[in-house]
Amino acid sequence: MRAAARGAAPSRDLRWVSSLVDREALRRHTIAVLVDNEAGVLARVIGLFSGRGYNIESLTVAEVDPVEHLSRITIVTSGTAMIIEQIKAQLARLVPVHQVNDLTLEGPFVSREFALIKVAGKGEARVESLRIADIFRARVVDSTTSSFTFEMTGSTEKLDAFINLLRPLGLVEIARAGAVAMARGHKGS
Amino acid sequence: MSQAQLSGAEIILKALVDQGVEVVFGYPGGAVLPIYDELFKQNSLRHVLVRHEAGAVHAAEGYARSTGRVGCVLVTSGPGATNAVTGLTDAFMDSIPVVCLTGQVATHMIGNDAFQEADTVGITRPCTKHNYLVRDINDLARVMHEAFYVARSGRPGPVVVDLPKDVQLAKGPYLDKDGFAHRSYRPQVTGDPAEIARAAELIAAAKRPVFYTGGGIINSGTRAAALLAELVGLTGFPITNTVMGLGGYPGSDPQFLGMVGMHGTYEANLAMAHCDLMIAIGARFDDRVTGRLDAFSRGSKKIHVDIDPSSINKNVAVDVAIVGDAATVLADLIAEAHRRPAPEGKALAKWWAQIEAWRGRECLRYEPSPTIIKPQYALERLYAQIKDRDAYVTTEVGQHQMWAAQFLKFEQPNRWMTSGGLGTMGYGLPAAVGVQLAHPGSLVIDVAGEASILMNIQELSTIAQYRLPVKVFILNNEYMGMVRQWQDILHGGRYSESYMASLPDFVKLAESFGAVGLRATKPSEVDDVIAEMIAADRAVIVDMLVDKTENCYPMIPSGAPHYEMILSAGERAHEVSDQGLTLV
Ligand SMILES: Cc1ncc(C[n+]2csc(CCOP(=O)(O)OP(=O)(O)O)c2C)c(N)n1
Ligand SMILES: [Mg+2]
Repeated sequence: MRAAARGAAPSRDLRWVSSLVDREALRRHTIAVLVDNEAGVLARVIGLFSGRGYNIESLTVAEVDPVEHLSRITIVTSGTAMIIEQIKAQLARLVPVHQVNDLTLEGPFVSREFALIKVAGKGEARVESLRIADIFRARVVDSTTSSFTFEMTGSTEKLDAFINLLRPLGLVEIARAGAVAMARGHKGS
Repeated sequence: MSQAQLSGAEIILKALVDQGVEVVFGYPGGAVLPIYDELFKQNSLRHVLVRHEAGAVHAAEGYARSTGRVGCVLVTSGPGATNAVTGLTDAFMDSIPVVCLTGQVATHMIGNDAFQEADTVGITRPCTKHNYLVRDINDLARVMHEAFYVARSGRPGPVVVDLPKDVQLAKGPYLDKDGFAHRSYRPQVTGDPAEIARAAELIAAAKRPVFYTGGGIINSGTRAAALLAELVGLTGFPITNTVMGLGGYPGSDPQFLGMVGMHGTYEANLAMAHCDLMIAIGARFDDRVTGRLDAFSRGSKKIHVDIDPSSINKNVAVDVAIVGDAATVLADLIAEAHRRPAPEGKALAKWWAQIEAWRGRECLRYEPSPTIIKPQYALERLYAQIKDRDAYVTTEVGQHQMWAAQFLKFEQPNRWMTSGGLGTMGYGLPAAVGVQLAHPGSLVIDVAGEASILMNIQELSTIAQYRLPVKVFILNNEYMGMVRQWQDILHGGRYSESYMASLPDFVKLAESFGAVGLRATKPSEVDDVIAEMIAADRAVIVDMLVDKTENCYPMIPSGAPHYEMILSAGERAHEVSDQGLTLV
């Protein structure tokens, strides 16, 4: 059966590989994960995402229960419905994970991001940045004669809009903390 | 504190004994000397000195797979731990419960590039079910017990416990194994009754059903296998097994269609393709089973029972998902099935007639030869001589592995040990060490290729030291046969680096390790050599010189739908697609 010396292998068209990936619509989900606050737990979560090729749009983590040593990780990720289901199942099977909540699926939720934004400039641009900050309810946390640093909390979209308006006005530095989120209503998750 | 204080090393050994460990497979080094000193002073645990740490983990896997218990490994820091990584990854892929204790440099040295320091928890995080670095002696006993709990519960897997040397020497309290409950890890064992009822309904209505079961049946235990046989008998449905699931259902039963997948039988793959109901239990729709995903069994409803929710809807979307332990769910499913009318006999008879027609193709048939030993013939003869002896079989990886899966039949679980998910050459010999230690009086055979066997050949020394009567059955084709086969099919027959030059004389090699060496060069010698191998009370290496050009069929070429199989060398069913070329 050996096809004797067929010569060099024909060149192959590999475009199908990328077509497999974006065949289905990607959705963005916000997932809250309650974990033991122990060494390596964040590496486990991040390693899971990188090792299996999942997206992380943002990730925040901090201890929320100092007595029980529990931390809450908020992850904003995107993928097809099947991938999102996988992500949650994979997270849930990590041994130090107590609970996984898909806030996007479980009902209305609030999501907030925090950012520090520095604008440098003088004259009209400087004043204009202050005016925009006022409209967006950003606070000045540091000012010099040639700069402002604003503090701002809001939805990801609101932060994006604010930052875009500041861009032509001498934006020099941004620090964003990533989203934290919680279900609306009286129930805890 | 009134409680007696023990050294870390004492706590470790006490925990192992309390967890029921009888054998530890290990290799010493500076970072585990306190534990080895403690081992020296006691008699309740047996330490088996392997010759390479990869061998230690595979031996523990063989032990675990053949007994249903947790295998235990002890290795030193740095190179000891990194050598164990292949075995850990193998156990992770095949869901084998193993606890691997690794030595680590003292806590105050960690992070300083100390001698034989490696970031063991960092390296093993993605290839273990869980791992621990014990920095505080007060955590040690709890972590030891947790490690065993995690390794054996839910979907089993390997757990690493990294033990800094100062922790082994420090004094601390012991904690009884029943004195703790895990904070978060509670796998779901019982299936949702509503889903089980839906499954029973689908089963009652099925016209072209097939059971597709995997390693989850073996991991769940002998009760799962017994219940599976009951349900399959009750329904009269056909059943196929994955390579990890062989022995989960009696291999010689007429309802058994043989193995499914890339080198599975024609009837098993076609039944999977054309069924109207697929009942998957403890199997994970691996790419070796599904072939091209978008062409996989499109007309069927699918029930999936698995203890790991992440296995469900991963590759293939299913209609009924039941998270739970196979035995528990099977018992509930049987109870449900008894409450409903039996599936319609006429449709089922028609389905069986179709399956018999597929069976009629005799897909495992090969061209016999009066002069050259065909590998399939060697295995047929081996099977004829071992089938009434309750033998345990391990394998290496390659063509011989797939032929062994096709030609040897297993009537019970825990008799077939192979590296399925990772496909690790060098698995079979050390695994056989573990199996033989667990079953001292039994016939244990490693079906090997001449290339694979060289990957952990050093374990012949372990076999000699412990007088293990392991039989190594080498199908010597002087090629990395499976590589050569792919080069035939995908790369124009250009055999780049797949010829095995400079092979040792396996007969002399056996003798140099105190084992018996036997060779067969023509078909007429095969039966006698096998008989002599089985009769020997010592380790044996059989060098079976087989056809160098034989390829393993049936084969679903990579990237092809699972109903498009190549059945024999004469037939090039379809050109391999561009997709196929990129797949492993
Ligand atoms: C550790 C490792 N390296 C490489 C491979 C790739 N591989 C798969 S099968 C095979 C050839 C095995 O040859 P042999 O043991 O002689 O078995 P045969 O196929 O000839 O029966 C190779 C190299 C592998 N599976 N494992
Ligand atoms: Mg070979």
